[in-house]
Amino acid sequence: MKVLVTVKRVPDPETTIRVKSDGSGIETDNIKYVINPFDEIALEEALRIKEKLGSGEVVLVSIGDSVVTEQLRTGLAMGADRAILVGCDQDLDSLAVARILAKIVEDESPQLVLMGKQAIDDDANQAGQMLAALLGWPQATFASEVVLSDDQQAVQVTREVDGGLETIGFALPGIITSDLRLNEPRYASLPGIMKARKKEIKEVAAADLGADMSPRLTINSLEPPTQKEAGKKVETVEELIGLLHDEAKVI
Amino acid sequence: MGNILVFAETQKGRVPKSSLIAIQAGKDAASKLGGDVLVAVLGSDTAVAAREAAGYGAAKVLAVNDAALENYLADAYAATLEQLVQTNEVTLVVAAATAVGKDLLPRLAARLGVGMASEVVSFHDDGTLQRPMYAGNTMATVTLADTIKVVSVRSTAFDAAQPGEQSAVEQASVSLDADVTKMQFVEFNETKSDRPNLTEASIVVSGGRGLKSGENFTTYLEPLVNELNAAMGASRAAVDAGFVPNDLQVGQTGKVVAPELYIAVGISGAIQHLAGMKDSKVIVAVNKDPDAPIFNVADYGLVADLFKAVPELTEAVKKAKE
Repeated sequence: MKVLVTVKRVPDPETTIRVKSDGSGIETDNIKYVINPFDEIALEEALRIKEKLGSGEVVLVSIGDSVVTEQLRTGLAMGADRAILVGCDQDLDSLAVARILAKIVEDESPQLVLMGKQAIDDDANQAGQMLAALLGWPQATFASEVVLSDDQQAVQVTREVDGGLETIGFALPGIITSDLRLNEPRYASLPGIMKARKKEIKEVAAADLGADMSPRLTINSLEPPTQKEAGKKVETVEELIGLLHDEAKVI
Repeated sequence: MGNILVFAETQKGRVPKSSLIAIQAGKDAASKLGGDVLVAVLGSDTAVAAREAAGYGAAKVLAVNDAALENYLADAYAATLEQLVQTNEVTLVVAAATAVGKDLLPRLAARLGVGMASEVVSFHDDGTLQRPMYAGNTMATVTLADTIKVVSVRSTAFDAAQPGEQSAVEQASVSLDADVTKMQFVEFNETKSDRPNLTEASIVVSGGRGLKSGENFTTYLEPLVNELNAAMGASRAAVDAGFVPNDLQVGQTGKVVAPELYIAVGISGAIQHLAGMKDSKVIVAVNKDPDAPIFNVADYGLVADLFKAVPELTEAVKKAKE
């Protein structure tokens, strides 16, 4: 089974995000970049599917300029077989990303596309669902368990929804987006890192794919969220309860 | 400006509060941008839910009954909404950013070939929208370029619609072919808990690595959680240490919550965690380290040993209730 996994380069979730003073973006100096945590979970799931079946191929795809190679190498070191780097230096919204990915899917014909449920930078949570719509494929977002049928032709996915867990099923091909509980991603091993150096990263230019990349959502400006005033330090539980009751009126 | 279509969910045949919030957001947009608010209710038997949705002053409720819509499934629901958008002169689609809304709206937007804004917190008069990015560490002002705009709204940012004039309920029919009914519903396992849902609770009590073990979550934190009728949360550090399952994780990569009262116990306040809870109305921190970053966002900070303070707090809450 061929599984396509999307990888986005995002600021490390432990990084402090600061808005530039002119509101045009975020300060990027000294920011460490990582694979979007949810994409890492998606990749782990793809690797487990391949290991369980004992055969198959895990292909990574990322869109961006050449720095994205760093995250693709990390993914290859975790165990992906090869990678595709869609070269693009313009900002893309979710629909443009989905349109580019649709072209890659048409070209690669995977049975399954695994993606993170959202990227932790723009927090849009759209690309997977949009890609499914463009391809006319079924989708299972927020996956916490993926069970492949014995004949590998269908899948049942348990999803984290409000108030519980929902299970849906569909015949492949399809799209699954990962939630936190799906798995615990592995670390790249030293032999994995060595091997990754020799694995293929194919470069294609986004402009050559023929996808409509015109922006439908434009970010006009960013601003820092409103800051809270400094709070009060209290000495005793009694004092705390008093304030919560009389001042904050929440108890 | 054309019409505003609000998608109302149904849960056990009723309209949940999150959808009343979406109706309010739709009315809010209508007051700034013009247009009538239409409410879509989908299902296999929507009689009760449609009547309920009609009680909030919308211009019209569009009820769609079809066997294929018995359970929520993204493909059939997106295809249905697409048809409603096209037959009702809709230029703005609004739904709450719940699990269903987040799953459904991007699929609808791509079917329509238009862009979408997620988790919008306000509609501006000039047509721009405000939405958080980087887990709420920035607020972005965005513009959607298409004539038809698709928007999910963050439920903590709008009030629920108040009962208003009764709206007419119109039965709408759609055609759903095999192409849009590929997904099958298998089952729903409701979380069996007497506690409120983490993302909906008005009080959240979260524990961190300071609790030192999973047993201490049970011994020290749970009584306080129960006494306050709160939801229980945890920091990633506590989840990573194996104290509690990771569906309790509050933070950038976990759940984002904004309750009336958030009590952080033994949580130092890593950026990761702050991103998931700092929009809470009132924040209380209990930590023995006076320099813990959690105190920078706390309205009330208690520098104390949690193993002493939490049982005292539980007792005090119990007394205050009497």
